[in-house]
Amino acid sequence: MALIQPAQPEQPQAGGPEEARRRRKALRYAVPAAVVGVTAATVGLVPALADSGDPSLPSLTAEQLLTKIAASDTQTVDGTVKITTDLGLPSALSGTTASGLFGGAAAPPSLGSPDASRAEPQRQLVQLLVGSHTLHVAADGPDRQKISIIQPAAEYSLIHDGTQLWAYDSSSNEAYHATLPQEQQHKAQPRQLPQDFPATPQAAAQQILKAADGKSAITTDGTARVAGHSAYVLEVRPEYAQDSTIGAFRIAVDAKTGVPLKFTLEPKGGGKAIVDIAYTRVSFAKPAASTFHFTPGKGVKVTEGKATQEPNGPRAGAGIGRPAFVGSGWDTVAVFSTKGALPSGTLPFDGKDGRPGKAGKPGAEAKNDPAQLGAILGGFGKQVTGSFGTGTLFHTRLVNVLLTQDGTVYAGAVDESALTSAASTAH
Amino acid sequence: MSQADTTIAAGEDMTPLGEPAPGPRAVRPAWVLGLFRSELLTVFRRARTLALLGVLAGVPVLVGIAIRIETRNGGSVAGNDGGGPAFLEQVSNNGLFLAFASLAATLPFFLPMSIGVVAGDSIAGEAATGTLRYLLVAPAGRVRLLLAKYASVLAFCVAATLTVVLSAVIVGFSLFPVGSVTLLSGNSVSLTDGILRGLLIALLVASSLVGLAALGLFISTLTDSGISAMAATVGLLITVQIVNNIPQLHAIQPYLFPHYWLSFADVMRAPVIWSGVLKNLALQAVYAAAFGSAAWARFTTRDITA
Repeated sequence: MALIQPAQPEQPQAGGPEEARRRRKALRYAVPAAVVGVTAATVGLVPALADSGDPSLPSLTAEQLLTKIAASDTQTVDGTVKITTDLGLPSALSGTTASGLFGGAAAPPSLGSPDASRAEPQRQLVQLLVGSHTLHVAADGPDRQKISIIQPAAEYSLIHDGTQLWAYDSSSNEAYHATLPQEQQHKAQPRQLPQDFPATPQAAAQQILKAADGKSAITTDGTARVAGHSAYVLEVRPEYAQDSTIGAFRIAVDAKTGVPLKFTLEPKGGGKAIVDIAYTRVSFAKPAASTFHFTPGKGVKVTEGKATQEPNGPRAGAGIGRPAFVGSGWDTVAVFSTKGALPSGTLPFDGKDGRPGKAGKPGAEAKNDPAQLGAILGGFGKQVTGSFGTGTLFHTRLVNVLLTQDGTVYAGAVDESALTSAASTAH
Repeated sequence: MSQADTTIAAGEDMTPLGEPAPGPRAVRPAWVLGLFRSELLTVFRRARTLALLGVLAGVPVLVGIAIRIETRNGGSVAGNDGGGPAFLEQVSNNGLFLAFASLAATLPFFLPMSIGVVAGDSIAGEAATGTLRYLLVAPAGRVRLLLAKYASVLAFCVAATLTVVLSAVIVGFSLFPVGSVTLLSGNSVSLTDGILRGLLIALLVASSLVGLAALGLFISTLTDSGISAMAATVGLLITVQIVNNIPQLHAIQPYLFPHYWLSFADVMRAPVIWSGVLKNLALQAVYAAAFGSAAWARFTTRDITA
């Protein structure tokens, strides 16, 4: 059978037609190889070229920079925030399931009580404690804000418009509604929704600067480029804190507007930042009014929430006594007496004095069997002994928690030995 | 003999003696279209193709009826846990969402599998039945034949996507209420806006398949067996989809062709997030260029024995 050979438009080369053919073949295969090569080079080089180094800005002292932040009157913002939290928690808590395989929307981890609405803010915001998340943030003055957690093919939005607080979870098509009392609306800080975890660099910086007052060394640390904006970097380093796990806070402040654009929390031991909150895109233009407008569509299941003076007040505190505090400044250890009602959730960090959130115990109200829960938790923690008897110590890169035999919980952003000695002293 | 016939005859046969045989001659648009048209007919006349389209059209019907039965008494679709394919929860309140839910449900496997079958069969199927020789005897040139084959596979990508969308819209509009559309971000837009976004999504989903089509075409030039080319393409798709869902392999996932497929859902946000969509289009373009040129390198240099 005769072979149909490819047409040979070229002149036969020296070395015979067979070699010329082989050479032409190799040349043609070089084309796809070149496509791959050019792509790899583009992927590798473009970010390197785009990173044109730190901008040169007139130097400012830490004092001047703090004044700049305080004087900032930017009330409108529209941007994308990337939050990366690496507490060293088990990754089972993060929502990386294989649901994408079937075109599914990501089901966020549900650490809250199973009865609660999926749209309830406390239940949803816990997911920010583990892994990396993208948020869309829009604000127009102190009265109108919107924060959306971007999930694969789904979104969770918190919308604050005057006295109305709406939350909408698109993956379950459920909404949560609460009416805020008038006086709280006036007290509310700009760009701060009732929540434990700071979702924006501004909120995080605000909390840290309040907590750092008098207990920290505040210095400037050069400049940086964040989301295309030139920024000064402010470094806050805890002082008088030998036991603290916190190394330093770094806040990048927009040179033009004085708005914090990036916030990082670095551990004392070095390594990757524990918390990294940064704008990847930001504009200070006023967002469209429709952004803050929410009316539940047909068929959306709405759960009415109770408006409380303290957003995480009575509900969350149920079953757990008010904490006592041991130590001072950054080394503070919070002591909870659980009396059998063990917290089943993670301890949210509210940045205040480096302590875990005072009352933000998502899932504290869950009626779990303590013995069974202890067995599950024991798998994560390690056993320690002291004058308090035996206890289980849970270690994260930021917060350490000690759960003793008698049901007392010691928690703080301090190292493990400081926590056990605090428990021994208290006993 | 008319003037036109003479011209064609001259173009085809009267090459001056003594010169080497010319390569593919100057492209005449009508000729390319003719080849494309005949390839298109070959694809869409096949019973296999029609069966694939029938299965794709059946998915929205199945999903729609299931949701209709499930929500008869005003219940929730996914049992209140938010699982299942994206957009499923919204279908019972707005029939338009059945189109998005069906695309989200078929995009991971059904849709690309049908593309894999058609693309894998394109060259290797002709070789297997012994018709590839006759296609090459016609003075079309291998490059043009390859382009016509690829174009017909792309046409099938569009047809397959539109089949899912149209079937979903018909079922959705007849089984569920239709009205203003609530976006993922909670904002409401008019139905017209929603339909326009739906058309854009259909276009994006069809273009998500461009890379796989080129990959299938390349595999098809490697072998003379249509079945093995189809099996290899579909097998590769399944392997890549599994790798794409193993969290430990996240370092290589952004380079896999299905990685940004579900980015079409970003069109349903307010504001629309374009970064994922653009990444998807760029990735598909790179795959199309790399495997398209690899298919060209292979097909123009190989010996055709069947």
